[in-house]
Amino acid sequence: MREEIIVSGRDNPLIDPHLHIWHWQIPLYLFLGGLAAGILFFAGLYTILGKEKSYPTAIRIAPHIVPIVLVIGLLALLLDLKHKLYFWRLYTTIRLESPMSWGAWVLMLVTPLSFIWSAIHIKDIFPRWNWKYQFLFTLEEFFTKYKLVIAWIMTIASVILGVYTGILFSAFNARPLWNTSILGPLFLASGLSAGAATIMLFSKNHAERGMLSRIDIGIIVVELFLIVHMFMGFLASTQVQINAAGLFLGGPYTASFWIFVVILGMIIPVILEILELRKYRIPVLIPAGLVLFGSLMLRFLIAFAGQESRWLY
Amino acid sequence: MNNSDYIIMTTRRDFIKISGLGLGGLALSTSGLGFYNHLSSAPPSGDELSLDLTRTPTYCEICFWKCAGWVYKNEEGKIWKVIGNEEDQHSNGRFCPRGTGGPGMYYDEDRLRTPLIRTDERGKQVFRQATWDEALGYVADKMKNIAEVHGPECVALLTHGSGGKYLGTLLKAFGSNSIAAPSYAQCRGPREVAYHMTFGEGVGSPERTDIRDTKCLVLIGSHLGENMHNGQVQEMSDAIDKGASIITVDPRYSIAASKSKYWLPIKPATDIALLLAWIHVIIEEGWYDSEYVEKYTFGFDQLKAHVKNMTPEWAYGITTIEPDLIRKSAKEMANAAPSVIIHPGRHVTWYGDDTQRSRAMAILNALLGSWGRRGGFYNPEAVSIPDWPHPPFPTPSRSWKDAYPDQFNLAYETLSSGICDATIPTLSKACNFKGWIVNGTNLLKTIPDSNKTIEAIQNLELLVVIDTMPMAITGWADVVLPECTYLERYDTIRDSPHRKPAIALRMPATPPLYETKPAYWIAKELSKKLDLEDYFSWNSIEEMLDWQLKQVGSSLEEMQRIGVKTFERTYDDLYFAPGQEMEFYTSTGKIELYSTSLASEGFDAMPVYTPHEEPPEGYYRLNYGRAPMHTFGRTANNALLKDLMEENAVWINPKVAKIWGITNGQYLWLENQDGIRSTFPVRARVTERIRWDSVYMVHGFGHTNKNLSRAYGRGASDSELITKVLMDPIMGGTGMRGNFVTFKFEPKEEEAAS
Amino acid sequence: MRYAMAIDTKKCVGCSDCVVACQTENNVPVGYCRDWVVEVTDGTYPQLEIEIRSERCNQCNNSPCVRCCPTGASHYADGGVVLVTHEKCIGCGACITSCPYDARYSHPEGYVDKCTFCIHRIKQGLEPACVAACPTKCMYFGDLDDPNSPVSEILKVRKYKTLIPEAGTDPQLYFLI
Repeated sequence: MREEIIVSGRDNPLIDPHLHIWHWQIPLYLFLGGLAAGILFFAGLYTILGKEKSYPTAIRIAPHIVPIVLVIGLLALLLDLKHKLYFWRLYTTIRLESPMSWGAWVLMLVTPLSFIWSAIHIKDIFPRWNWKYQFLFTLEEFFTKYKLVIAWIMTIASVILGVYTGILFSAFNARPLWNTSILGPLFLASGLSAGAATIMLFSKNHAERGMLSRIDIGIIVVELFLIVHMFMGFLASTQVQINAAGLFLGGPYTASFWIFVVILGMIIPVILEILELRKYRIPVLIPAGLVLFGSLMLRFLIAFAGQESRWLY
Repeated sequence: MNNSDYIIMTTRRDFIKISGLGLGGLALSTSGLGFYNHLSSAPPSGDELSLDLTRTPTYCEICFWKCAGWVYKNEEGKIWKVIGNEEDQHSNGRFCPRGTGGPGMYYDEDRLRTPLIRTDERGKQVFRQATWDEALGYVADKMKNIAEVHGPECVALLTHGSGGKYLGTLLKAFGSNSIAAPSYAQCRGPREVAYHMTFGEGVGSPERTDIRDTKCLVLIGSHLGENMHNGQVQEMSDAIDKGASIITVDPRYSIAASKSKYWLPIKPATDIALLLAWIHVIIEEGWYDSEYVEKYTFGFDQLKAHVKNMTPEWAYGITTIEPDLIRKSAKEMANAAPSVIIHPGRHVTWYGDDTQRSRAMAILNALLGSWGRRGGFYNPEAVSIPDWPHPPFPTPSRSWKDAYPDQFNLAYETLSSGICDATIPTLSKACNFKGWIVNGTNLLKTIPDSNKTIEAIQNLELLVVIDTMPMAITGWADVVLPECTYLERYDTIRDSPHRKPAIALRMPATPPLYETKPAYWIAKELSKKLDLEDYFSWNSIEEMLDWQLKQVGSSLEEMQRIGVKTFERTYDDLYFAPGQEMEFYTSTGKIELYSTSLASEGFDAMPVYTPHEEPPEGYYRLNYGRAPMHTFGRTANNALLKDLMEENAVWINPKVAKIWGITNGQYLWLENQDGIRSTFPVRARVTERIRWDSVYMVHGFGHTNKNLSRAYGRGASDSELITKVLMDPIMGGTGMRGNFVTFKFEPKEEEAAS
Repeated sequence: MRYAMAIDTKKCVGCSDCVVACQTENNVPVGYCRDWVVEVTDGTYPQLEIEIRSERCNQCNNSPCVRCCPTGASHYADGGVVLVTHEKCIGCGACITSCPYDARYSHPEGYVDKCTFCIHRIKQGLEPACVAACPTKCMYFGDLDDPNSPVSEILKVRKYKTLIPEAGTDPQLYFLI
């Protein structure tokens, strides 16, 4: 029998008995960031491919929620900081080895871009919008002229944003559950899926919905594939990783993960979307809503379970 | 603290309010005191911190070792940290965790702040605040009354603090010499008597063990390492570095056992058999120091005949220690002789035959020739500091011993439990105590069988408690006098014996907080009210200390600068010279392997093994001990030390836990053989380190006084489960390890119902 | 110059003096600790063994905490000691999450804190508070690049180990076994 105890009474707040320093703010931000990345990705991609006619919602309607989403996300991030007054320090340096630094700067890029994109398409939701000031008119014209350039930048930036939300966790391999490079692609896929689902939600165009449905199904299949491989990786690795995987395979997070994330968030939407493609009438709210819910729960569960896994003690 | 009335509570149901408002002292609580973490404005960022701020010398009061050290203050003049004085032989510049946590005692917001006078029945614990003048007047009046009606001898002092010296002077001036420290009858008394019987001198405090030069250290139940006798733990580490071996005899796998060459996992209460078997082997194999024995000892032939049949095989049946191991460990000791120490231990009041067990250990030391030899026991020397001149003390007409005619003749110090028992009036007692002054000791946790202590208290006409913290005993007092901590006062000059005679000064680092006062002030003010001021004729404590220091070749000014002064030895040498003629203070003038004094009092002249009661089925022997980060119950409320250990746990062997279905970390209650159940639940630690027939707990938890906000209700009290007291007939020591406990899974019915 | 610490698990008794000495020296708030003591017991009664370790930030050569800090608040200082500049720390908690030894904590004032090897004392030629206080003198500190420093000397003659070497952080806290 091995008995390993801390005899000096260690009980650091937020650290012991297991790490719980990141609460709802971080997974919420990651979800919102992934969602924003997904929407902006499709907006930019289809603009570049010149498919503005086929994907009007993706390009012109859905991106309007992105600035709001990003602002909420940034607020959540700010709330999470323990030394809030110094947040501006993030923007005094770029640290290439720190995913958080990447994230801070990418957000710095993406947020204004999303505002710009929303501004140049503002007439699609507010037809009688009036800029009032001349220089704003000029700006709008300027940006509309260079829309393609903006689209390129936005597409690349949104990919970085989507990937970074996953890499952020996998950079902290001190948490065995996050010590897998699959987390990056998984979160990117989840973000794209959420973006596609949102666009579907807003879309009034049946063809567009169908296309996005197919894309979404594809992405979810990839996600399921990644999840299976993630667990295979854990179980074939060292004991700490096996213990970490155990949190989802019999541990406290088992039910919530498999039910909320996998079944409700991935499998059932796929089934519903396939049925929809086979001409059954399914209110789009259900699969889209479930996908969004699953994406949110994925972030929450990975964030909390990850903090519970540790190398020592 | 909020602005409500000051509340003292001693049980979960009793609320004691102090009627009367206006706590002027509250204003102080906001001026940077209170929580330690709000102490300074910003912690050092790693780049700048000014060092060598003002420092004052002190010696620690958290345990009895009295390590000398320095108190540092920060830029705001607040106490910052306490570290050791490098010149000090007790600490060698390194304080133990309790000493390092000293600031926690100073900053403890639960400290007693003002004098309190009881306003309701004793036991109801209702107090009101009083001025010092009023409180001392009350005490003086009561003392004078007792003296008139019963005689001054009926006031006793029970003390375990440095302030006891001044209070003792007062009491002796008053006409009583009943001054007791619980550390005698409840702790080290048996070994002092045993060593007196054998070598003519006691072991002393700090113990005269030459651990740093020893080649073999034998610990009988002693748990150095968890028992944080600073100097001894340091020397044990030095000894390990030099390749010394350790032999530990303990039913529990102590930290010392983990560093031992031989660990003898002995069945509890059978140590004397093992010791006798060792003596047998060492004599029969001729491994003893024959020259030393020939020259210095008396009674070898009787001893040899006595242990003739006490073979390792015989001991094996009793102790469960294999004969081979007994022989190997004996050889290890013999190889190291004379640099071997059979450590006398400290708290030795276990089973009632403790003086005899200590005798066996002393005899073993004598056979191996370690007494007075390097690596064994050195001859300590102390500086003799004269008392401030005072009129001669009156001779008391009675002493506590008169309550016990023909008993405890060999007890050299006063028995605190003897005083306690003698307070309960019975027809046969010639001396009945009527007043107690209690300083720095929580008697309800110290003396076993606390119900008896409470009965005694109820028969008192005066109970004065002088303490820094609202320990359980304060709830029973008539008058509570708040003493300031050692960091805020002057005290007697430390003159403990050691390898070189040395003195240490305690001076205040900051003035006393709230209305607290040092013991010397209390004694002097009380003396004024008792017309005994002549015994405290100094004008200020500085004058007194300076005078004393000048008598021994120093001065207050010098000691304030250096803290510790070490002198050269003037009497004998540190060790016996080879072939030196020696006379010992025994009746034969030699080291008595056969004790003539014990024989003449009708006790066994040489130790004999007697079997002790074993736990009934379903019960386990209650063993207790120390943790290195706490001093008994004194530190349980100290914020810094509570951070290290906030509650004790009961150690249970996994086999036993399996039988009972107990899981690690589960909370349960302990009930002893007399049906007493622990007031609070205690956490179970399921560990392989404890034998299956015993459980183990750290002593000093389970505080019942709600005013100890951090200590109240944490852990369980082992002392409340010690109701069966095994009295040592030789010197009155109270053996505490004859209690057995079983596990219960809910509180007492009465508590469950309320 | 590479500061490191070696701790003799055979002499340590687990008294936790190192913990409270650090607390008073560095004004660590009550309830928090920069170092802690771990006791490992192996075996079945009476065949038992104990290892006691006083642990703290390992001041790694290849610290994940320095790598992942977005503002540069976590940085390497003299001798490879890892420090946190309070005014640059935003309290994001990335470094806390990245430490496999769980050595960091979030200070109530907002920034992240941990053992600093008492760099303010090292600069004055003193030893860290824990090393200076340890009653068993089982802690050795010094510059690994100096062959005569206490830590270099002891590492020459004793077997030692580090914690989770497979995490790849190259820790500079050596446990003598």
